[in-house]
Amino acid sequence: MAKAVGLLVALFALWLGLSGYFKPFLLTLGVLSCLFTLYLARRMNLLDDEAVPLQLRPGLLLYWSWLGGEVVKSAWAVSRVILAREMPISQQLIAVPCTQKTEMGHVIFANSITLTPGTVTVETAPGKFLVHALTEEAANLDGFAEMGRRVAEVEAR
Amino acid sequence: MDPATFELLRDIASGIVFAVGGAFLLIGAFGLVRLPDVWSRLHAAGVVDTVGAELILVGMMIQAGFTQATLKLILIGLFLFVTSPTATHAVANAAFMAGIRPVRLRRNESGEVIGDRSNKEPQP
Repeated sequence: MAKAVGLLVALFALWLGLSGYFKPFLLTLGVLSCLFTLYLARRMNLLDDEAVPLQLRPGLLLYWSWLGGEVVKSAWAVSRVILAREMPISQQLIAVPCTQKTEMGHVIFANSITLTPGTVTVETAPGKFLVHALTEEAANLDGFAEMGRRVAEVEAR
Repeated sequence: MDPATFELLRDIASGIVFAVGGAFLLIGAFGLVRLPDVWSRLHAAGVVDTVGAELILVGMMIQAGFTQATLKLILIGLFLFVTSPTATHAVANAAFMAGIRPVRLRRNESGEVIGDRSNKEPQP
């Protein structure tokens, strides 16, 4: 039930944000289309943790801003590698342990690793990821552990 | 602060953001040409679609001010933040499955993750 209400609120906020209409007739149509979408989603059994991730902590927003800082830092590092006369790359495929409990936590962690320039998640297995790193500095296991800990904090209530 | 000064400050701020974003886009494009193989080039593309694209969006947000356009730009940024790593992972995973390995690989722990599949020859 909470997931249905959450999806309805999110859908209507999106409708309002993208259309920008506040006339009563159009608002009614917007609410009706959101309700119809909700009905379809319910029929298709889409109201789960994956489609409506209400189980994530609000700290996710803080995590995103921290991640933004990390992305800028590593983008700078990769830019320096690209612009160096002798590009100091030492490519590696490393195994990174993932300690998150939920599937959503794994997805957030793997996507965060890929989002950071210099590291890409290549393959997953139970309990660990295969990560490709461009340089020795990018393949810093302490850095991955720190990121994994932060994801584990926001993954579930 | 009179409107003309505000306009000027807004133009200066967005100009700086556009310049920095454009520099990252150029560096990323340069890296795409310069780096040796598909694996390292993925990281250059990563610079383009994270910092480069987001900074250009931020510059546009500063130009748009508190309007509906800014809301839409924020949504575009958010979707980019979520979808671009998925696309990058798809490319990397496809390359890995096709049996392509990085050149001058320093450390390879792929066996630890996927077992003996790592030694399998790619299907012809």
